[in-house]
Amino acid sequence: MSVKISVTNVCKSYPSRGSIVTALESFNLQVQDGEFVCIVGPSGCGKSTFLRMLGGLTPVTSGEVKLVPGKTGVPLQSIVFQEYAIFPWKTVLDNVAFGLEMRGVSRTERHTIASDWIKKVGLAKFAYAYPHQLSGGMKQRVSIARAFANDPEILLMDEPLGALDAQTRTVLQEELLHLWEASRKTVVYITHSIEEAVLLGDRVILMTAHPGKFKCEFAIPFPRPRAFELTGTPEFSRMTLAIWRELQDEVKRAMEQQP
Amino acid sequence: MKLDIATRDRALAIGFPLLLLVVWELAVRVNWLDGRFFPAPSDVAVALWNLAAKGDLFGKLWLLPGALGKGDWEGAQKIIVEGHLWVSLYRIFAGFILGAIPGIVLGVVMGMSHSVRVALDPVISAAYVLPKIAILPLVMLIFGIGETSKIVIVGISSFFLVLINTTVGVRDIESIYFQAAINYGASRWQLFWHVIIPGAMPVIFAGLRLSLGTALIVIIAAEFVAAQYGLGYLIWFSWQTLLTENMFAGLVVVMILGALFTSGLQALEHWLMPWESEEHATLTESQDAISLAK
Repeated sequence: MSVKISVTNVCKSYPSRGSIVTALESFNLQVQDGEFVCIVGPSGCGKSTFLRMLGGLTPVTSGEVKLVPGKTGVPLQSIVFQEYAIFPWKTVLDNVAFGLEMRGVSRTERHTIASDWIKKVGLAKFAYAYPHQLSGGMKQRVSIARAFANDPEILLMDEPLGALDAQTRTVLQEELLHLWEASRKTVVYITHSIEEAVLLGDRVILMTAHPGKFKCEFAIPFPRPRAFELTGTPEFSRMTLAIWRELQDEVKRAMEQQP
Repeated sequence: MKLDIATRDRALAIGFPLLLLVVWELAVRVNWLDGRFFPAPSDVAVALWNLAAKGDLFGKLWLLPGALGKGDWEGAQKIIVEGHLWVSLYRIFAGFILGAIPGIVLGVVMGMSHSVRVALDPVISAAYVLPKIAILPLVMLIFGIGETSKIVIVGISSFFLVLINTTVGVRDIESIYFQAAINYGASRWQLFWHVIIPGAMPVIFAGLRLSLGTALIVIIAAEFVAAQYGLGYLIWFSWQTLLTENMFAGLVVVMILGALFTSGLQALEHWLMPWESEEHATLTESQDAISLAK
């Protein structure tokens, strides 16, 4: 296995009301090709900022972020945003085909690819609908399909299911497992749900409360393919409990920091 | 049940204005209202018919086939420009297009560029608050008393409204859409077509609606004081000669124009922006909250 993402000593600070705020402090991370890594931390720990740095939307203050390109002809990374960020003025089909259109893929070809992914996320009937006609869960399916249709080497997911209700969330977690297990792309997945991280990830990284630092990591040994039934096993509970023991002090610290 | 409410609402919306007209008509007939100042709706309707039939409103259109048959283009043109309606419409649309297009272009630039916005904002804010009709004398000083100055004054007033709305529309696009487009590889040009234009379009259209309404106001006012043709001239001239029926007929035409502009732009909006959610009045909206109180 080769290293796909290599993050060395990354710091992020920005000026705020006359002082310098540090969001992220000497953060290190290595992700193998085809690995599903979940990053869990209390709110405000800079995990979303970190993902945006991986996605090239936020510059690093110091340190180095390296994504290693492998194949040619496909994009290196695509982000699935928490707020869906699908375009309200485009149909489901055009939203899913967006990345392909930007890369100059012909209309018929990109529509064929997009239709295929729309079918895979169960939205075939809504291909020509506009986002305002969709529920939150359907919008996030569109957003996930857009990322997969773009066929990037690395998927960066920023709490993609964070805004959904618990039941929709469970359904989408399973769908995501199926999609990922079929493609085995490298994934960095930000979440604040320990259960989600253990269910989906090969490895769970914990971050400290603000300023965000590496705290510790857990390898998740459960075999694949996984399904929701896993969450009912005693091993799963032991794992989430162990992670929670490490995380709870950080969460309390984060709550005290809130103004 | 739902149909009943829709029917009742329509009956109210059409019935009440009709009732007002009937009351007006009766009030004139029994001499509660002075018919010289407030001619009865039926008299206004007759005046409107006469204006159309004598060629004041649309020009002497019945001469048009003859002129065209002889290949007399100048004559045909003269027939059209003697119709008050066509003259005003020409001034409105020529000015509107002349103002709106640069307004959209500069508005997009101002929405995207912080430096341009900071530099131009004070000038535009100052110019915006000035009632545009107030600079008509200045415009006439520069462009003379002919057609140009009337088109220019409409153009100026449209320009600022469209410019300000476009700037706001572009700035109000949520940054997450830019981030998503950039992450998925959009170039600057693709950002413009796939994010900026569709994202700002609803607010741009609000500006277009406002500026078309303002264009109507400005051209009527300009024609009051500085024209030989046009609806404003028709209204003003009718007042000066105490032909109040014709004055009211002119007002009716202006009202119809305003309504047509609004519904025309709405139709265009529906066609250009199918993603905007259609608003459906719900059952609760057709009830008055106060009627629920004991």
